[in-house]
Amino acid sequence: MTASLFIFFVLAALAVIGAINLIVQRHPIHSALSLIVVMVALAGLYLLLGAEFVAAVQIIVYGGAIMVLFVFVIMLLNAGVEERTNLSKIANLATILPLVGALTGFLAATMARSSDALHTASKEGVRLASTRELSHMLFKEFVYPFELTSFLILVAILGAIVLAQREH
Amino acid sequence: MVPTNYYLILSAILFGLGVFAFVFKRNVIAIFMSIELMLNAVNLAFVAFSQAMGKLDGQVFVLFVIVVAAAEAAVGLGIIILIARNRQSLNVERVDLLKL
Repeated sequence: MTASLFIFFVLAALAVIGAINLIVQRHPIHSALSLIVVMVALAGLYLLLGAEFVAAVQIIVYGGAIMVLFVFVIMLLNAGVEERTNLSKIANLATILPLVGALTGFLAATMARSSDALHTASKEGVRLASTRELSHMLFKEFVYPFELTSFLILVAILGAIVLAQREH
Repeated sequence: MVPTNYYLILSAILFGLGVFAFVFKRNVIAIFMSIELMLNAVNLAFVAFSQAMGKLDGQVFVLFVIVVAAAEAAVGLGIIILIARNRQSLNVERVDLLKL
């Protein structure tokens, strides 16, 4: 087992355990903290894939900004423990679980097969994507979508202000 | 060198866990966090495909997805604050105005 494979399995296990912990925990603040574990593990996987800029953005924007927003709202609303689920919900669980399992299996099988086709087509050798190349792409080929995102963020800011404003 | 398949299978597992949490959780904030989990799973698939093809398009898409997720978090948490203010509860079962 090579070193990169070992790092992959450690980070993958961390991500899956964090995601399971998100479901199991009944207090929202514990779910939020386990989601941060998932995001940091994914940032490590991005580094392993050679996407250094995406890894940095993942930690700064997801692990930093978005999760701080979540934790802030949880504390602002003083959110308590989730209410106990009744029995009908447990009966629902019996139907949800196979459906979600089937969906996961289908996704994994389809994507794994498509990547097999890719692997024969693509040339060998892992290439570390430099941030310079990424910025060339972002500001040349994708410049219109990039400018549109600024408009999207403006709308989101206005929407958040209007929604959270206390009516007089 | 890790095969691309491993990343894709991990991505599918994380997405499945996100779907499960979305259906199973009752707390609005937890449901919202499971959406973020699904977006993260998709991002992992994007980066894995980007590396497999030797092109950077996938990583650019990931940046866009992160921007959309940030905007969604801002608006969604505003809506959650409104729900908590109007219903005095974060349980989605209590938000049933459209239910017959």
